[in-house]
Amino acid sequence: MKKQKLSNDVLVDIYRRTQKIYQTDVKFRSMISSGDLAIVYYSARGQEVVSAAMMAALEKSDYLVTIYRGIHDQIAKGVPLKPLMAEYAGKVTGTCRGKGGPMHITHPESGVMVTTGIVGSGIPIASGLGLASQLSGDGRVTVTCFGDGATNIGAFHEGVNMASLWNLPVIFLCQNNLYGEHTKFEYTSNTETVAERGAAYGIRSVRVNGNDPVEMYQAAREAADHARAGKGPTLIEAMTFRFNGHVFGDPGGYIPKEEMAAAKKADPVPLLRQNLLDSGVKEAMLDEIDAEIEVEVEEAAKFALESGDPDMRENQIDVYDYEVSA
Amino acid sequence: MSEQLNFGQAHNLALTEAMEADEKVIVLGEDVGDEQGGGVFKTMYGLSGKFGTDRVRSTAIAEQSIMGAAVGAAIAGYRPVADIMFMNFLTVAMDQLVNHAAKLRFMSGGQTGVPLHVMTTTGTGRQFGGQHSDWLESWFAHVPGLTIVTASNPADAKGLILSCIESDNPTIFIQHLAMMRVKGPMPEPGYRVPLGKAAVLTEGTDLTIVSYGRQVLDCLAVADRLKDDVSIEVIDLRTIAPFDKETVLNSVSKTKRAIVMHEAVKEFGVGAEISSVIHEALFDSLKAPVERVGSKFSPVPFNPSLEKDWTAGEAELEIAIKNVMGRS
Repeated sequence: MKKQKLSNDVLVDIYRRTQKIYQTDVKFRSMISSGDLAIVYYSARGQEVVSAAMMAALEKSDYLVTIYRGIHDQIAKGVPLKPLMAEYAGKVTGTCRGKGGPMHITHPESGVMVTTGIVGSGIPIASGLGLASQLSGDGRVTVTCFGDGATNIGAFHEGVNMASLWNLPVIFLCQNNLYGEHTKFEYTSNTETVAERGAAYGIRSVRVNGNDPVEMYQAAREAADHARAGKGPTLIEAMTFRFNGHVFGDPGGYIPKEEMAAAKKADPVPLLRQNLLDSGVKEAMLDEIDAEIEVEVEEAAKFALESGDPDMRENQIDVYDYEVSA
Repeated sequence: MSEQLNFGQAHNLALTEAMEADEKVIVLGEDVGDEQGGGVFKTMYGLSGKFGTDRVRSTAIAEQSIMGAAVGAAIAGYRPVADIMFMNFLTVAMDQLVNHAAKLRFMSGGQTGVPLHVMTTTGTGRQFGGQHSDWLESWFAHVPGLTIVTASNPADAKGLILSCIESDNPTIFIQHLAMMRVKGPMPEPGYRVPLGKAAVLTEGTDLTIVSYGRQVLDCLAVADRLKDDVSIEVIDLRTIAPFDKETVLNSVSKTKRAIVMHEAVKEFGVGAEISSVIHEALFDSLKAPVERVGSKFSPVPFNPSLEKDWTAGEAELEIAIKNVMGRS
């Protein structure tokens, strides 16, 4: 893939999304550490640029299916922070009225159709969303995000095969952070990469440095254009790393210290800022974006903590399309 | 004799009407296209010819992707019919059905409903053996969000399938394999059977028998044979879950005795749930404990005599009736 130069508008767009993810993630971890919030949290610290660049290449109406480590995908896709943080806190003002929680964020207005807590399950569902778009001709593209750990489960093979066979407008975005739970990818697969598996299904496949905004955006843009033109799906393997282990609080003893140190040295968030400065974006503008987002995150966090719990009657609603008896 | 149709024809008619009425109805499954035979039981023959292979899609033998794609298409506004050849194969698609189809409406706070419909077949009588014959309805009945349906006659099959496809909830229609070619009266065009409503097939005063599917025929035969001695009210649930408590409890309030019968093994089955509901509501007025009739607690055997012995039938029902009636 020949590396192109991105316009400053696109870079700033990616920057804005990245900052929003970064600051929200920092805020969530601080709320959990201080005891203000008691939730199981799968931090996306380290993977911000993958989502930011991916979603910058999509339309708001495009569909997203993501997973329990989905905060970066949800924010990058455009879910407003107030209802998003409120749902993470289980409040009635959340996207799902507190009934889904962090692992099940849904916000169709932003295209977020499913967040699943079952590894790999979103993949066939994404093919179904793609099938709907192909049948209706609505021009939408579906992106489904998952980790390297999801590529050994049957749902991955079935879903990718179907999309490839039927030429569905779907982007399979494997955010390869090198570990499935606590186990290195190399201990679970006899192929070195996820992308090479694409050949088995005849699907267009690319492997990129997901932490590089230019490389990642270019792969995302090409995959989206390809799908929208009716040319079918793409499997993108985006190399990245997670800084907070599997679940926040995970001491990460299985990650070699040198590996973590190297990853942090290549932290995509400061690198992105440097990239923008090198491209001639004014520092004052970035500071202004950071400050705006800081206010937005603080307000959303306050909103989430101060919002009320759902009414207990909610347990009878939405089980079916009619209310069930108590 | 008035016009007749069999169960297979009822499926075909219901699907044809549903697809004619709503272009969002699509069919996904193994061998469903005409080129592949229109389904292994030919119940879908003609659909792909009439509605095209975009809407009637033969898939790979990959139930997770069939069900997963149905979930995805459903939340995007389609009404997919996922044809899962045999009920045992639903175990391969459990995650999509149980963790996703059943729960997305609730977990999304009502933003994404999943109006998908599963068609599947099972049951003894054709010697399909241990992995193609199980009645697993209680597995799904235990999952909030799913609606499970079966029919004892072709007209109900047609009316229930149409109601299922039109429902905004995920639904499963279970066809008894051995009844596929059984005939019954042709229903009026547009006939629907409402979901969640049982049918009282015979009125009686001494005993209520609750059943569904093929065992309803056993209940009717026994009720008729014993009619001079015991006045039996036979209830065909039609919707197994959530079941019609009102009709069942009204009947047992009157008869004060009840039996629940199904082809699934008795242990931890639907009969246990219905029996408990009856006991909880009517314990003080019951003249006898509620009896359950179900098949033997073993995998379904292959040998035809073993298979027949395994299957709950008229003999087991008669024993249960003696137990219940002998109490007072």
